Amino acid sequence: MGGARRLPRFRFGRWLGVLPFFVFSALFLIGPAVVLAYRSLEAPDGGLTLDNYRQLTNPTVLSSYGLSIRISLTTAIIGGLFGFLLAWAVSMGGLPRPFRSGLTTFSGVASNFAGVPLAAAFIFTLGRIGAVTALFEVIGVDLYGTGFTLYSYWGLTIVYLFFQIPLMVLVLLPALDGLKQDWREAAENLGATPGQYWRRVAFPILLPSILGTMILLFGNAFGAHATAYALTGGLLNLATLLIGQQISGDVLNNPGLGYAVAMGMVMIMALSIGLYSLLQRRSERWLG
Amino acid sequence: MTISTTPLPVTTESEVAQAPRERSRFWAWLILLLGALYFVIPLGATFYWSLRAEKDVLGFEAYRRLFADPNFWPTFLESLVNAVFAIILSLLIIVPTAYWVTLKLPKLRPVVEFITLLPFVIPAVVLVFGLIRLYGRPPLLLTATYGSSRVILVCAYAALSFPYMFRSVDNGLRAMDVRSLTEAAQSLGAGWPTIMRKVIFPNLRVALLSGALLTFAIVIGELTIALFMAQQTFGPYMANLTRSKVYEPSAMAVVAFALTWAAMGTIALITRPGKRG
Amino acid sequence: MTGFLSLQGVRKEFNGVVAVESFDLEVEPGEFVSFLGPSGCGKTTTLRMVAGFESPTSGTIRLAGEDVTYAKANERNIGMVFQSYALFPNMTVSENIGFGLRVRKEEGAARGERVAELLDLIHMPDKAKSYPNQLSGGQQQRVALARALAIRPQLLLLDEPLSALDAKIRDDLRAEIRRIQRQLSITTIYVTHDQEEALALSDRIVVMSKGQMEQVGEPFEIYNNPTTGFVASFVGQLNRLPVTVVDPALGRLRVGRSEIRTTSLIESPAGAEVSLMMRPEEVTLDAEEENVLEGTVESVTFLGSIVRVQVGVEGGRLTADLFNERLLELPVAGEATQLSFPSHACWVMV
Repeated sequence: MGGARRLPRFRFGRWLGVLPFFVFSALFLIGPAVVLAYRSLEAPDGGLTLDNYRQLTNPTVLSSYGLSIRISLTTAIIGGLFGFLLAWAVSMGGLPRPFRSGLTTFSGVASNFAGVPLAAAFIFTLGRIGAVTALFEVIGVDLYGTGFTLYSYWGLTIVYLFFQIPLMVLVLLPALDGLKQDWREAAENLGATPGQYWRRVAFPILLPSILGTMILLFGNAFGAHATAYALTGGLLNLATLLIGQQISGDVLNNPGLGYAVAMGMVMIMALSIGLYSLLQRRSERWLG
Repeated sequence: MTISTTPLPVTTESEVAQAPRERSRFWAWLILLLGALYFVIPLGATFYWSLRAEKDVLGFEAYRRLFADPNFWPTFLESLVNAVFAIILSLLIIVPTAYWVTLKLPKLRPVVEFITLLPFVIPAVVLVFGLIRLYGRPPLLLTATYGSSRVILVCAYAALSFPYMFRSVDNGLRAMDVRSLTEAAQSLGAGWPTIMRKVIFPNLRVALLSGALLTFAIVIGELTIALFMAQQTFGPYMANLTRSKVYEPSAMAVVAFALTWAAMGTIALITRPGKRG
Repeated sequence: MTGFLSLQGVRKEFNGVVAVESFDLEVEPGEFVSFLGPSGCGKTTTLRMVAGFESPTSGTIRLAGEDVTYAKANERNIGMVFQSYALFPNMTVSENIGFGLRVRKEEGAARGERVAELLDLIHMPDKAKSYPNQLSGGQQQRVALARALAIRPQLLLLDEPLSALDAKIRDDLRAEIRRIQRQLSITTIYVTHDQEEALALSDRIVVMSKGQMEQVGEPFEIYNNPTTGFVASFVGQLNRLPVTVVDPALGRLRVGRSEIRTTSLIESPAGAEVSLMMRPEEVTLDAEEENVLEGTVESVTFLGSIVRVQVGVEGGRLTADLFNERLLELPVAGEATQLSFPSHACWVMV
C-alpha cells in the first residue's frame, strides 16, 4: 500500500482495501458453493441437467429433509416460545437487574456451546447412565423403560434447545427494550388492561421480531451438524448427517444427487436468512 | 405552600394497584426458575460425573486423566494455533474492509454485508463438502498434504468468523466516529498506513478483542470441518473421547464449558457500557 | 365537559428522596393550569400522580368529587399527551385515535363517527389511514391529542408536549392546543419548562422548584409580582442590583452615590444590604423616570423586536430592553449614558 500521501486517482486504488475480502470470500465461501452448485447440475455424461434435483424425491433424501425440517420447526417453536418468556422475565417481568446481564452472558456462552461438549453433557444427564436418569430411578421411574431415549428425535430436541433458547433470548432482548414504556402508559391511560395492551399493542409490534427470530432458529437447527453427529452418530437420518455421509462415501450411489441435497439445504437456509432479515428490518422500523 | 402537620398514614400503594405487578413478578420468577433448572442440571450432572472417576470418592481423577491423555495437549494446542492464525487472518481482512466500506465505498456495503452472512447460509457441513471438492482434485489439488489441508482449514475458519468479526468491527467504527477521526488525521498529514496503525486499530481494541474471542470460541471446539478434512484438532479429539472413554468426556465437557465461559465472560467485561475502546 | 381537580397535601418520596414536598391545588372546571419549573422540580412527578402512573406517598387527589388517589391508571378517564407522542406504531391514525373507544367496547359506527369528529378537530381528515412513521412530529402530536380527547376525558394532561418539536411548529401547535382546549372547555394541566409557553397558554401557573410549589397565580401576577427570588429569576429576565436600605418607611435606598426610591414594601432595617429587582423592559435609556443612574454602555444586542442594552452602573450592571424602532439610533459600547426607571417598577428582596 506504499506510503503515498495521496491515493492515485485511478479507480483501482479505491478498491484496494476491499480486494482481499472479495478474493478471500471467493476462494473460501463463494467458490465452494459454486462448485457444489455446478456439480449438482452436472449430468453423468457431462452436460447440464436438473435431473439431480428431480431425484430429491428419493425416499432417503425426502425422509432426511423431513426429519430435519420437523426437528428444526419443533426447536424453533419451543425455543422461540420459552426464549421469549425468559427475555420477558428479565427485562419486563420485574426481576432484579443483575439477572438480566447474567442471563445475557450465559446465553452468549450457551449459544456457542453446541457440538461435542453439549452432546456429552446431555449424555451424562439423560443418557442411560445419566445423573437425571439415575434420579428418576431413585423415585421409582424407569426412564428408559418407558421408551424414552436420548438418542432419538425428542432427545435431540431437548439438546438443541440448549442453544436455541439462548439465541432467542439474545436477539429478542434488544427488541423488548425497544418496547417503549410510553406505549404501555398511553394504553393504560386510554383504559386498556395489561391484557388488552399486550394483545393490541405489544404483541403486534413484537411479532416481526419474534417471528423473524424463530425463523433464524429454524435455520440454525436445520444446518446443525456437530451436535447431532456427536450425540447420535448416524442414527438419526438428518439432512446434515446425510450430507456428511455423502462426503465420506457416496451413500446415495449418485454423486449428483449428493450435490443437489447440499444445494437444497443452502436454498432452505438462504430462504430462512432472507425472511429473517426482512422481518428484522420491519421490526426495527417500529422499535428503533 | 402548606406543610402537612396531621399524621397521614404512609401508604405506598393500594393492594389493587400492586397486585398485577406482583402477579407478573411471580410468573417471571417461575419462568426463570424453570430456565435455570433446564440449563443448570445438565452442567451440574456433568460436573458431578466428572468428580466420580475414582470409586466412592469425589475427586478430580477424571481431570488428571484427561490432561494426562497423550492426545489432549497436542490437539488442543493445534486448535489453539489454528484459532490464532484464523483470528489474525480475519482481522487483517475485515478491518480494512469495514473501514473502506464505511468511508469510501458505502455503496458496496450491502454486498459486503451479504457476503459476511454467507456462513449462515452455507452450513459448515456443506462448506467442507464444497472445499473438498474444490481443492481436493486437480488442478487445485491443495489437500494432498496434512499441512496444506490445515491451511485451508484455517482459511475456512477465518471465513466462518466473518459475520461476527465484521459486525463487531462495524459497531466499533460507528462508535468511534471513524469519519471525523480520519479527516482530522488527514488534515494533519497522515497517510493510510499511519491512519490504520495509529488511529483505527487502537480505537478498535474492544471491538477487535470481542471479535477475536468469538472466533476463538468457534474454532476451538469446531468439529464438522476438521473431521472431514482429517485434521487432528480438539473437536475430533473430543468426539473420539466420547466414544472411547467413560469418565474423561465429562471432565472434557466441563473444561470446554469453562473455556467458552471465559471467552464470553471476557467479552462481556470489556464491552461493559462506559468503558472506552 | 366538567372536571374539578383537587390535590391536597400530595407528597412523593422515592427511596428517601423527596420529589414532591406538599402539593396543594384546586383547579376549576375548564381551567388551564401549567406546572412550570426546571428539570427535576417535581412537575412531571405530580402530573404522573394525577394520571395514576405513580402513587402519592401521602395526600389525596380528587377528581369531580371522587377520591382517585389510588385508582388504577386505566380507570380514571383522564386523557394524557406524552412528550414522545407515544403513538402505537402498528396502528393507523384512525386506529390510534379510536383505541380508547375500542377498549371501552364502543360500537364500530359510533366509534367511526367520533374518530372523524376528532380528525376534523385537529384538521387532519386526510391522514386517517396513515401510519405514525409517515407523519411529521407536529402531526403526530396532534394525533396524540386527538387520541387523548376521543374518550371524552374529564381532565387533559400534557407532559411537555412541544419539547420535541421545531420552533415554528411549536408556536403553531401551541395555538392549536389552546384553541381546542377553549373550544371543548376541558380542564387541563400542562407541564413545561418553557416559561413563554406557560405564560401564553395558562389561566394560572404553578411555579415549582426542587419539589416545592414556589408560587401559584395568573401569568400577569407571576411575572409582575413574583413572591420568591426563584420565581423572579426563572420567569422572564430580571435585573438585580445590590443596594443599601436608607429609610424603609419612605422606601429610600442607596446604590453608590445615587439614591433610589421604591414604592414596594421594604422589610429590612436601615443599613441592611438587599437586592433591588426590576424587569428590563421598565428601564429606559434616559432621565425621564424618577430613579436615575449614571453608567457606561457595556454591550448592545439586537434581538429583533427588542434591543437589549447592558449598562454598567455603580455597584453592578443593569439591562434595559428597548423596543426596536426603524429610526432608532443604537447606543454604542463604551459611551456614557443615563438609565431611569419608575419607583413602582422595582422591588426589594433579601
